[in-house]
Amino acid sequence: MSLAAAIRDRDVAELPGKRDEDWRWTDLRGLIRALPEPSQPFKGDVGEGAFDDLAADRRALVNGGHAAVEIAAGETATVALRFVSRGGGSHASGATVGVGEGGHLRLFESYESDAASVAQASLTIRLGVGATLERVVLTADDAEAVSVSQAEVQLAPRSRFSQTVVASGARRQRIETRVLHPGGQAELRLDGIYLLADKRHSDQTTVVTHASVDGTTVQLTKGVVRDQARGVFQGRIVVEEGADRTDARMGHHALILSDRAEVDAKPELEIYADDVACAHGNTVGALDEDALFYARQRGMSEPEARALLTEAFIGEVIDRIEHEGARDVVRAWAAERLRA
Amino acid sequence: MLNVSNLHAAVDGKEILKGLSLEVPAGQVHAIMGPNGAGKSTLSYVLTGRDGYEVTGGTATLDGEDLLALSPDERAARGVFLSFQYPLEIPGVPALTFIRTALNAQRRARGEAEISAPEFLKLARAKSADLKIDFDMLKRALNVGFSGGEKKRMEILQMAMLSPRFLILDETDSGLDIDALRIVSDGVNALRSPERAMLVITHYQRLLDYIKPDRVHVLSGGRIVASGGPELAHELEREGYERYEKAAA
Repeated sequence: MSLAAAIRDRDVAELPGKRDEDWRWTDLRGLIRALPEPSQPFKGDVGEGAFDDLAADRRALVNGGHAAVEIAAGETATVALRFVSRGGGSHASGATVGVGEGGHLRLFESYESDAASVAQASLTIRLGVGATLERVVLTADDAEAVSVSQAEVQLAPRSRFSQTVVASGARRQRIETRVLHPGGQAELRLDGIYLLADKRHSDQTTVVTHASVDGTTVQLTKGVVRDQARGVFQGRIVVEEGADRTDARMGHHALILSDRAEVDAKPELEIYADDVACAHGNTVGALDEDALFYARQRGMSEPEARALLTEAFIGEVIDRIEHEGARDVVRAWAAERLRA
Repeated sequence: MLNVSNLHAAVDGKEILKGLSLEVPAGQVHAIMGPNGAGKSTLSYVLTGRDGYEVTGGTATLDGEDLLALSPDERAARGVFLSFQYPLEIPGVPALTFIRTALNAQRRARGEAEISAPEFLKLARAKSADLKIDFDMLKRALNVGFSGGEKKRMEILQMAMLSPRFLILDETDSGLDIDALRIVSDGVNALRSPERAMLVITHYQRLLDYIKPDRVHVLSGGRIVASGGPELAHELEREGYERYEKAAA
């Protein structure tokens, strides 16, 4: 079952839904009665992207298409890659990303839509030995859109892959990242932020498979949901037999700011090796009333105190973004939403 | 300055303050002493407007203005400051950011211009030096991982920077060693002025050796049951609260 196949065949029977364990909280089958017509080719101007100022190499895939980003061994590049849906309809798009041995890439990716489109993007990302890639994914989807991004990431020894997904949701939105981790001193960071309001839904799903010895994974996702929004976090770390000295830490923490908002979280560690250090922490709650009173006693109004504490909560994830410009873009994005 | 009359307040439907009356004129420092459970912290929270502390009768005014009708931040903007017995940890917010946000919120509420960044930093450097606080500590998340003594010093720093008119110190000496107690007390005493008043809430007389009160009140059973000069604190230290607990019951 996959959205890509359903779009290709225009067949709702192929949509993933409740019966698929991985999709039970993002049920596309139950939602989509009929797939919209294929999206029309787009001729106009798509306007500015969130990361335009940070990258000389800018690509936009509008209503489908494919991009290839290849960074040769030892080279350094910054690429802004936009997946844009205009005028509704359904389409799939894709990208292949490769970073050669010792190369460095900053990939700033965005998902943008302006109508009730159904869009899927497949990415294949490969890192060579000692390569580094920092990926920042920002979503700006329409409230009626269905948007799914699925990335397969293959690391190599001594490579470093760092990711921060920043999501504001859609009618249904899912950012999925599957990482094959070969160990060998390779380092993986998989972070996420979701700030959801109204009836928006966002799902961040990650699967990390540690296949061999000496790999590290750190993961921190934080979310804030209000109104009738729904946040989904599914994080699975598999440590295969023999993948000893794996160090994997996963954290997911969410604030629920209204009675009708919802967060569903499923952190999973599957460990088949003996000598590993793995931990996960998961909390879902409200803002600390004591801290709120403390800030108000010092003179902050209630909305200001709430915004400060919520920004601080999310700030821990933003601070981990390595690229300063991208960090500033995300910080401004978060402040705009939290002070609204 | 502060005028509290026949104040009744309840927490979870249980009456804690039972007709408390108190007057603290400008320029004076008053101490509230009392046994555990007498209502000392409740008084500080009622005066600052914490949720869950329900006023069921009586009045509290600051310079004639009804405090009880104001939100916590409105009270702060009018100069009411509470130094918490247990200062909160604020993860992710550097102390400097927290204090600047609070100071500017108060200034805006009073119709004043916001403080400029250089002016703010200058003030923060000066006040932290007075309190022997390493300035780099102010770049860290407020109170996170700070010792009890450091948290109390951070309270006094905020007090010095916000420059309130009516100060409530709730068990400020708890968690302080003698050196820290002296630093904190010096910081508090530096704020004594004819325009300000203070309410020092404490279980032990020790703090009052450093912050000398003009008046001492005994709070027991939710009411002020005795008032006197500074010598009353020494009497309590010698003889305990038992006599007053009986009086309250």
